[in-house]
Amino acid sequence: MMFIRLWLFFLGVLATLFLGWAALVGVPGFQIGAVPPQPGLRNYTFEQAHGREIYIREGCVYCHSQQTRPTGFGSDQTRRWGRASVPGDYFFDRPHLLGTSRTGPDLLNIGVRQPSRDWHMSHLYNPRSVMPQSVMPPFPWLFEERTSTGPLDAVVDLPEKFRPRPGVVVVAGPEAINLVNYLLGMDRSYRARE
Amino acid sequence: MSGQATAHAAEQPAFRATLDGACSTPVLVYFTSAVFWLLIGTLLGIAASLKFDMPEWLGTIPELTFGRIRPAHLNAVTYGWASLAGCGCLVWLVSRLTRAPARWPGALLASAALWNIGLIYGIGAILLGYSQSVEWLEFPLPAATLVAAGFLLFAASILGTFAKRNVEHLYVSLWYAVACVVWFPFLYVIANLPIYSGVVHGAVNWWYGHNALGVWFTPTGLALAYYFIPKVIGRPVYSYYLSLLGFWAFALFYNWNGIHHLVGGPLPTWLQTISIVASVLMVIPVMAVAVNHHMTTIGHFKMLRESMVLRFTVFGAMCYTAVSLQGSLEAIRSFQQVAHFTHYTIGHAHLGVHAFLTMILFGAMYYIVPRVARWDWPRPAFIKVHFWVTGTGVLLYTIATCTGGWWQGLVLNMSARPFIDSTVLVKPFLAVRTGSGILMGIGHFIFALLYLQVLLRQGSPRWGGSQP
Repeated sequence: MMFIRLWLFFLGVLATLFLGWAALVGVPGFQIGAVPPQPGLRNYTFEQAHGREIYIREGCVYCHSQQTRPTGFGSDQTRRWGRASVPGDYFFDRPHLLGTSRTGPDLLNIGVRQPSRDWHMSHLYNPRSVMPQSVMPPFPWLFEERTSTGPLDAVVDLPEKFRPRPGVVVVAGPEAINLVNYLLGMDRSYRARE
Repeated sequence: MSGQATAHAAEQPAFRATLDGACSTPVLVYFTSAVFWLLIGTLLGIAASLKFDMPEWLGTIPELTFGRIRPAHLNAVTYGWASLAGCGCLVWLVSRLTRAPARWPGALLASAALWNIGLIYGIGAILLGYSQSVEWLEFPLPAATLVAAGFLLFAASILGTFAKRNVEHLYVSLWYAVACVVWFPFLYVIANLPIYSGVVHGAVNWWYGHNALGVWFTPTGLALAYYFIPKVIGRPVYSYYLSLLGFWAFALFYNWNGIHHLVGGPLPTWLQTISIVASVLMVIPVMAVAVNHHMTTIGHFKMLRESMVLRFTVFGAMCYTAVSLQGSLEAIRSFQQVAHFTHYTIGHAHLGVHAFLTMILFGAMYYIVPRVARWDWPRPAFIKVHFWVTGTGVLLYTIATCTGGWWQGLVLNMSARPFIDSTVLVKPFLAVRTGSGILMGIGHFIFALLYLQVLLRQGSPRWGGSQP
């Protein structure tokens, strides 16, 4: 006995869930699901898409957001992290990587803010080689250790104390190269069309 | 009247023992795997926290990088520990409240098996680098399918027992229990469909992420609190009308909350606003439940000294009030502007899933395990140690992460301060967090040890079926 009939109870239970779904998923899906890509947005290249998979695999999303907030909400604008992002900026993102944490800085426009390939390589091999106070994990498995290098090798610039052993040089592996390709391609600085 | 005769018979301890015996094996299988995942999840959580203190620690092992063990921790403690312990508790609770033996124990065993295989697959996949990288939905599709199948079998058994009920009156705990087994499969399946992309995927993600708490974990915790507080104290729940209001307001508002996880982001403003409004409206069901629980308890606080079940449950119920009011506050834009993206959120999450839900699950298991295992807990003093160590740990955890996180947010919002300042200032708070995580972990291991002793039938077999 719940003051109502049992079928009405179950109807209510289903209706409340459906209402929430309709409001938060159904209607927005209808409204923004059809939003076209922003005119300045390009799809990921093969290399960038591979880099994005590395980003997903290593769980970068747990510390880095990919969304920029408008003027008057946080310091995203005054820090020059890029104009407020809009749905059309994410047309090619699957899965989405909006993120909910800024243990590290936002990366939606990291390619604009930090365009140095060398910096990213050193930073990924060991973040403390370029940012001593960082708590970001190192990702040495994206790199290879060599005793000699060829002309095509991307040698990572590392201070002596960050090299694995004396006499060994670190070169970027394909995964590091493509992850950096992805990061350098993070650029939503084109003018947003509403 | 046969109904009255059954009801009368149900008052007999022997009848209750029959019900407990009928669900004994599946409940213990759920509990045993839950305790296993609690320990795994605890170790993963402590390791993830240590990584902030020592970023180079285990830094050359890809499977143990922060970005993999953090989601592994979340999945182990939520879908492993809390869900499986919740399943065990609900199977027992629904049987008791319907005065009907649990239906299809074989299906429940299959459910536990599928679920555990799904967990091993899913958590293994995260560690090996095959995560979907969608918070709360990291499991690859095959693992999620196994978990969904496990849940459906569990739900079928709960609804099957409910259909064969031998009671006319449906107690409030039953509403929550029956509703959540109907809600969660829809939620889980819809959210796992591989059809979303872009910002819509973000909306689905957080519609799910918040609702996993709203329509599965929280109803489980509330069903148990609504049962054990009046049961142990021995007086009826304060107000029947408040429990009705609490249930329906809860069902109506909770579903709309999710997008408060993306306030300030690239979603339509109206969408963020309705989630904020719904989050604030949650004050209504939360206060209804709070008044009901706390007014039932009031005047009986000295029973907290005697009953460990009540002590854990009341602690959890108090934390439910606290975490829910904090959540409503946290959804407001001006509050979010500081707290969002920081460790404050992590503190809030642990106040909810640990201080509220996990403590209530501990309390419930302290009551249920001796009745289904027919063996009493050894070493009552250790249960007190468990309570104090884990309770202190989780409160310290919440204070450390919320304080540090708030400060982190203030500095993040000062564009004159370099970003790294926010990292540096939060480090001491995260070190305290590691310490409090270890405290919680010590309690978990004590609990696991006691549980193992019951399973192995160690200690004194003084189970008489009376003391709570």
